[in-house]
Amino acid sequence: MNEARLARGIVVAHGTMAEGLIDAVRRIAGGVADALVPVSNEGHSPQELRAILEQLAGDGPVIVFADLLSGSCGMAAMVSCKDSGGRAVLCGVNLPILLDFVFHRDLPLDELVPRLEGKGREGIRRLPEAS
Amino acid sequence: MPIVLFRVDERLVHGQVVLAWGNQLRPDRYVVVDDDLAVSDWEQELYRLGAEPAEVIFTTVEEARAHLDEWREEAARSIVLTRDVGAMRRLAGGGRLRGEKVNLGGQHHGPERDEVLSYLHLTAADREALRALGEDEGVEVSARDLPDAHKVPLKSLLGS
Repeated sequence: MNEARLARGIVVAHGTMAEGLIDAVRRIAGGVADALVPVSNEGHSPQELRAILEQLAGDGPVIVFADLLSGSCGMAAMVSCKDSGGRAVLCGVNLPILLDFVFHRDLPLDELVPRLEGKGREGIRRLPEAS
Repeated sequence: MPIVLFRVDERLVHGQVVLAWGNQLRPDRYVVVDDDLAVSDWEQELYRLGAEPAEVIFTTVEEARAHLDEWREEAARSIVLTRDVGAMRRLAGGGRLRGEKVNLGGQHHGPERDEVLSYLHLTAADREALRALGEDEGVEVSARDLPDAHKVPLKSLLGS
C-alpha cells in the first residue's frame, strides 16, 4: 500500500486530551498510532490553531478529529477543511473512532468517514442494556 | 436583564461560552457583534452549529448599537459577544453600555500583546480602550474566563 494514499489523522482537543487519546491508541494498537498527530488548543488564538491544522493537514487524505463541535477546536477544524475535498472533520472524537481509523486508513474518505462516525456512536453503550 | 452577559472573547461562540457560561446563564440567543462575520454566511453557519439550540445572530457594531434597547426589553435572554476590546468600546460609545458589566474572556498572545492573565493578552490600544470603557463610558469591566473563576477588576488589569 502506498503510504501517501493512506489517510492521516489529526486530533485537536482541549488541554491534554488529544495526547491522551493517542497514547491510549498506542497502548492498545501499537505503532499504527503514528498515523495520528495530537494538537492542543492551549494558548493558541483561533487564527493560530487554524494555521497549525492547515500546516499539519498538507496534501493527501486527512481527517481532523475534534473533541467538541461547539468549541474552538471544532471551529478551527471545520475552517481548515472547508475548501478541501481531501480533508474531513469528525467532531466528538472518542477512542473507538481512533482505533478503527488506524486499522482502516486505506479506505477512501467517503467510505471511511461514515464508517468512523458509526463506530463512534456504537462505542457508546448503556450496560446492562435497557430492557 | 435580558442581556445577561457582555463578553469580549476572540473565540466568540465556543466551549467556554456555550457550556460554562451558557449553562449558568441559560441564554436563548447569542449576539455576535463583528463587522467581518456579519457579512460571512459560511462562517455564520459554523458558529450556529456549535450553539444549538440557542439562536445565534450576527450584526455589525453599528447595527448592534441600534438594537441594544430592543434586546434589553425582550424576554429572550441574550449574551452579547465581541471578538476584541475595540469592538466592545465602539459598541459602548456614547454611554450605550453605561452601568453595564463587561466580561473579558480569551485574548490570546499575539504581536504587540502583553500577557496580563494567562488567558488575557492586551495591546496598548486595548488598554486605552479598556480605560475608556471604564472611565468615559461608565462600564464595569473585569476579567473572568469561567463563571467559577476569580474575577479580576479593571484596575488590577491596567496596573493602576
